[in-house]
Amino acid sequence: MSTDTTVEKSGGSGVGPVEDVALYDVDHPAPLIEAPRKRTSKTPRATRGNFEMAAWLFMRLSGVVLVVLVITHLLIQLVLDGGVSKIGFAFVAGRWASPFWQVWDLLMLWLAMLHGANGLRTVINDYAERPNTRLWLKGLLYTATVFTILLGTLVIFTFDPNIR
Amino acid sequence: MPAGTLYRGREGMWSWVAHRVTGVLIFFFLFVHVLDTALVRVSPEAYDDVVATYKTPLVALLEYGLVAAILFHALNGLRVIAVDFWSKGPRYQKQMLWTVVGIWVVLMVGALYPVLGHAVREVFGS
Repeated sequence: MSTDTTVEKSGGSGVGPVEDVALYDVDHPAPLIEAPRKRTSKTPRATRGNFEMAAWLFMRLSGVVLVVLVITHLLIQLVLDGGVSKIGFAFVAGRWASPFWQVWDLLMLWLAMLHGANGLRTVINDYAERPNTRLWLKGLLYTATVFTILLGTLVIFTFDPNIR
Repeated sequence: MPAGTLYRGREGMWSWVAHRVTGVLIFFFLFVHVLDTALVRVSPEAYDDVVATYKTPLVALLEYGLVAAILFHALNGLRVIAVDFWSKGPRYQKQMLWTVVGIWVVLMVGALYPVLGHAVREVFGS
């Protein structure tokens, strides 16, 4: 195998000096290479969902609602009618006597907890690099979130103004 | 390089950092807040005892910080929505951030007396 014949043959054909022959021609076409992330029937189901998109949209939709719910909540609790000094068991009893404020607080609890939990999930995904750390932090986050949502819901629905 | 094309270390990055930090702080407060409110199921005294700490001058200062965090997160969140959904949002993101900061300053000045008034009276006498 002489060097100058190899150079001659490989000129423009894309065939390296080792092969010494053209790999592809009209009778032997090059294989079709699929786009790296193209979704096919072989793609696992889990990666075909739109969970991240739904989460992204949820952050924006719940965010708009929370702006109204939370700023009104701050106005009532901290600004109007004496601010924080008026708050006590009697004030809570007065508010939760109305189904309107029960629904208000329930909606605020659920949306804020889910919005916050998804935000923290993003933060964990960004900063916790070891798989084990991620697993434990997310386990802790989801446990605390479910616990807090259930506890808050229970408290709103079972509130008893005559507890004593 | 024109300054406007540099994302890192400018308004876009710092508002993102502030959004993250305030979001995490608010989430931790929310967790504690649901727990303290749950005391209404224990007894009126247990609830009133804990709420009494919310009325002390030091915690009033923390409440002012909480209001600051919530108002920034709320206003900047609306800005993020505008950047995502409004066709001219990305072009005006900087102007929108300074609008957010402006409204935030006005609201924080407005919250000064309602949130901190009672604490000032308690510390310095009425």
